[in-house]
Amino acid sequence: MTTLAYTLSDSRVMLRRNLKRQLRYPSMTVMLVGMPIVLLLLFVYVFGGQLGAGLGSHQGRHAYLDYVVPGLLLITVASAVQGTSIMVAMDMTGGIIDRFRTMAIARASVLTGHVLGSLIQTLAGMVILVGVAIALGFRSSAGVLEWLAVAGILALFAFGLIWLAVALGLAAKSVETASNTPMVLLLLCFFGNGFVLTSTMPAGLRQFAEYQPLTPVADTVRGLLTGAAVGDHAIAATAWSLGIAVAAYFWAISLYNRRRAAEPN
Amino acid sequence: MTGQTGAPGIVARDVCKSFGNHVVLDHVNLSVEEGTVLALLGPNGAGKTTMVRILSTLISPSSGSMQIAGHDVADDPDGVRAVIGVTGQFSAVDNLLTGAENLRLMADLRHLGCEAGQRRVAELLEQFDLTDAAGKVLSAYSGGMRRRLDLAMTLVGRPRVIFLDEPTTGLDPRSRLTMWQKIRELVSDGVTVLLTTQYLDEADQLADRVAVLDQGRVVAEGTPAELKSRIPGGHVLLHFARPDLLRSAAGLLPAADPDEDQLVLQVPSDGTVSSLRELLDELHHARIDVERLTVHTPDLDDVFFAVTGSHVAAHAGTGHAPQTGQAPQAGHALQGAQR
Repeated sequence: MTTLAYTLSDSRVMLRRNLKRQLRYPSMTVMLVGMPIVLLLLFVYVFGGQLGAGLGSHQGRHAYLDYVVPGLLLITVASAVQGTSIMVAMDMTGGIIDRFRTMAIARASVLTGHVLGSLIQTLAGMVILVGVAIALGFRSSAGVLEWLAVAGILALFAFGLIWLAVALGLAAKSVETASNTPMVLLLLCFFGNGFVLTSTMPAGLRQFAEYQPLTPVADTVRGLLTGAAVGDHAIAATAWSLGIAVAAYFWAISLYNRRRAAEPN
Repeated sequence: MTGQTGAPGIVARDVCKSFGNHVVLDHVNLSVEEGTVLALLGPNGAGKTTMVRILSTLISPSSGSMQIAGHDVADDPDGVRAVIGVTGQFSAVDNLLTGAENLRLMADLRHLGCEAGQRRVAELLEQFDLTDAAGKVLSAYSGGMRRRLDLAMTLVGRPRVIFLDEPTTGLDPRSRLTMWQKIRELVSDGVTVLLTTQYLDEADQLADRVAVLDQGRVVAEGTPAELKSRIPGGHVLLHFARPDLLRSAAGLLPAADPDEDQLVLQVPSDGTVSSLRELLDELHHARIDVERLTVHTPDLDDVFFAVTGSHVAAHAGTGHAPQTGQAPQAGHALQGAQR
């Protein structure tokens, strides 16, 4: 086998390991997939009536359901990557990482296994969320192409955040820290246009909300689902996602290599 | 893979390692012939684990050079990784997988292929007495089972050189014996083993050669017999019911060292049955009743005292585990007084 074939084979083995681990740790997997659904129900049925009225539509709750789905898709990503950080930190603080490092395996496969496993989990979570939203009455004018574009833009965004979560998991000294730091991403979802119009926010916060990376992603998804133009938003969303992915990738790799060099006794 | 008999399995020359100002390894030289066992003996903090981590490509040394089965550790780490197996002090297993899945993971990462992998997994489960537990998730495993699985995982790729970092620390006596048996079987298959231990009896049982590591330096090296011959610590303790019996026995045995307070007489002895019989016969003929007898065989503390002039406990701060089966406290207190 060539080096590339080994890398692919080792990554596949690690991916299988991580998917098995997700199934064996159902309390976490269910929590991470279930939380966005709980939030969906909360926002539609508890807050939805009033928030829907604020959208200037007379359909209230139903209009808000259509509005909030992109925001909750972002929440799904932010929630899933928490699991990535935890799983990476569990590996790094346990003994098994030393075993992997003393074996002649493709170096990156430990991390790519985590990334691919999380990506699959995140996409599954989003499919479930959209399913629940449709059951609640969510309707979209999007055709197959638009849905594919939604999947693509969210997958790319998830890919970026997952690498970021891998880096956070590597940087964490303990599993507890690793489970807390990605909470920031969850908060970031609310400081944007996922749940309310940014025009209702006070100045300062509004500027932040309009320019933070999650907003163009939500705008693009919302545009694709409602048939609005997405041109600039899609470019910004792609650029942010790629930027985060590349920066986080290099951060993660350097953390992964540095751990190997230092680490007394 | 270089495979000639007699070729060194592990060579380390002038290996140094510091973390900041703290010198952990100070010009360590080691050589392990292929198919033999070297025990790296020393207390906690002596640098044993660091040495294993450096040899197994986990961390790089500050200076020095090493070859494992002919592969240079610095220039060809992947070549080294392909021929070694490492079982660390902390179990390197995946707790969310079953025993069989853990082994299968190793087989897949060693690229054994589907069928050969399955065969090897079944073989190792059988060999390590884990067949019944194969389908159980590791949270249901005992400490001894985990350690066995850990070693089995190391062996999946049939490594030629194996590093075992304190393979029996924390195991109960029976699991410990099982582990020893497994290690002996490996060596009889021609595998080169470097193991670290805090216990002289473990080194004695398993090793062809022993290197004593103290504060990052090799302070003594030789066969277990050579090392023990440098230790004056072997003796028996005779416990008496009354002071007059102690005094008569002390009169009979001029080389002995009496302790009036404890009513104990310390007699130098190599601990063999014939010498014990001789001693007891002598006391019996003189009609001196001995209440109790304990045999003290040299342990790590004695080796340490002999080669460094200080006690293990003084370095480690933890004392040593009473693995020799005697009452080390009493024995050492007396020895200390004698010295």
